[in-house]
Amino acid sequence: MYIYLPIAEMSVNVLTILAMGGAVGFLSGLFGVGGGFLMTPILIFIGVPAPVAVSTGANQIVASSISGVIAHWRRGNLDFTMGFVLLAGGIVGSTLGVLLFKFLESLGQIDLVIKLCYVVFLGVIGGLMLLESVRTILQVRQSGGRRRKLHQHTWMHGLPFKIRFRKSKLYISALLPLGIGCFVGILSAIMGVGGGFIMVPAMIYMLGMRTSMVVGTSLLQIIFVTANVTFLQAISTQTVDVVLAILLLVGAVVGAQFGSQFAVKLKGEQLRGLLALMVVAVCLKLAFDLVVTPDDLYSIVVSQGG
Amino acid sequence: MNRLTKLSMLLLAALALNCEAAGKANAQDLIADLSSHRVDITTGFTGADLLLFGSVDDDGDIVVTVSGPRESVTVRRKERVAGIWMNTRSMQFNSAPNFYAVAASRPLEEIAPLEVLERQQIGASHLRLRAAAGGKKLLPEDENTFRTALVRRKQAQGLYASEPGRVTIIAGKLFRTQVHFPANLATGTYTAVVYLIRGGRVVHAQTTPLLVEKVGVGAEVYTFAHERSAIYGLVAILIAVAAGWLAAAVFRKV
Repeated sequence: MYIYLPIAEMSVNVLTILAMGGAVGFLSGLFGVGGGFLMTPILIFIGVPAPVAVSTGANQIVASSISGVIAHWRRGNLDFTMGFVLLAGGIVGSTLGVLLFKFLESLGQIDLVIKLCYVVFLGVIGGLMLLESVRTILQVRQSGGRRRKLHQHTWMHGLPFKIRFRKSKLYISALLPLGIGCFVGILSAIMGVGGGFIMVPAMIYMLGMRTSMVVGTSLLQIIFVTANVTFLQAISTQTVDVVLAILLLVGAVVGAQFGSQFAVKLKGEQLRGLLALMVVAVCLKLAFDLVVTPDDLYSIVVSQGG
Repeated sequence: MNRLTKLSMLLLAALALNCEAAGKANAQDLIADLSSHRVDITTGFTGADLLLFGSVDDDGDIVVTVSGPRESVTVRRKERVAGIWMNTRSMQFNSAPNFYAVAASRPLEEIAPLEVLERQQIGASHLRLRAAAGGKKLLPEDENTFRTALVRRKQAQGLYASEPGRVTIIAGKLFRTQVHFPANLATGTYTAVVYLIRGGRVVHAQTTPLLVEKVGVGAEVYTFAHERSAIYGLVAILIAVAAGWLAAAVFRKV
């Protein structure tokens, strides 16, 4: 059963898109990430133009993060103060990101930048996560394991504009979450991701927040950032495909449910290890494509209709 | 497909009768028409096949070309920079047809000499594609490479014919050919041209227009996105919010 995507201007098999949404949703339910970092490359792989894949990916993440935030809110794992400081940075970042996206698109380098961003960030984060989870698994085997220091003072605590985040039990400079939010905002505009896979480690390791609080809070700000990206892409590049977004959503919502049920059966470090392996695999595939000689050195793009 | 064949036979028969009647009065050498003058891109669009048929009074070869609306295309060339392939040089072609198909009753080279094919722009490799002035200075041979690349990429997308299709001539009088339009078709006005070529010269030519349009929900979504993009963006977000909310509400009970 085929459906014509009005913005992507191509026909796709409905079942393929539903299955893709379902698979990514399953993984996102399993690992607690938005799944955008998988969705966008898969969409590009099946032939959706990169700009449409990025904007539509952002639109779909709005939905999956909302359902995630509601679930975390019910469990009381939301720090609104932190969320809104991150958000302030995120709005600035995503606006800058959309402008940057338009500029790079006009240069003809947008595909390269999207892929490079993926390779760099997936590589760094996947690698670090893999190391960390392997270490944890080994430590658990050796029984006991050392306890990490709860709090460490670094240069980051010397920054001005300190704010008390009650829910997270932190007293840090507002510049830190602002900067992180801004950075992730730029990335989500360029890569079509919510940025959870960057935001989550940054909040845990740089801000020192509790893991349980991190996921919900990062999702909260992701909603607004991806909504902002969706809106700005809609008015500046007209690349948001609602039909594609709805199809992806339906699959993702169902898949996420099965994913979260399955997650209960696995240990935390095993989950993180698996996620890290997947992230590294996606990274290697993209890196390989950048380095290997393409089939055709030339590519065409319609600059303007006739 | 079967229905299409039957329809074409009927049309051909009707046309043949018509021609005989017309032949007595004033001979028209070439008559051609399409089975439909519209291609509707609906929500379930996966491509379309149209039948081009007609009758010819004289002997000679029939060549059919169908070309889409002209558009401006940028061809980019990748080069290895620090181990990574990136786009470096580009060239813009201002009026390349979006779609180009050709069909002939015999191989094109046998029908007409190269000059004629080039003058009439018959065959994807004979399309008159000119690089836009301005930009970086490029050598003439570069223009050729970029032009060939443009045709090659379009062929890979299924938008330019790689091989001419077949025009079948029945009893030296009636001809027919099928034109395939792929799913990634652009909207606009297309032109079908039928040539009667004898002794390497174009004796007659007839032009028929064809309209490709998005219809239904897809068309509305597209217009909405382009004409009221701010509201479209808000609606897209609202749909996502509602879907996320609904999902959370449904799965709470599970």
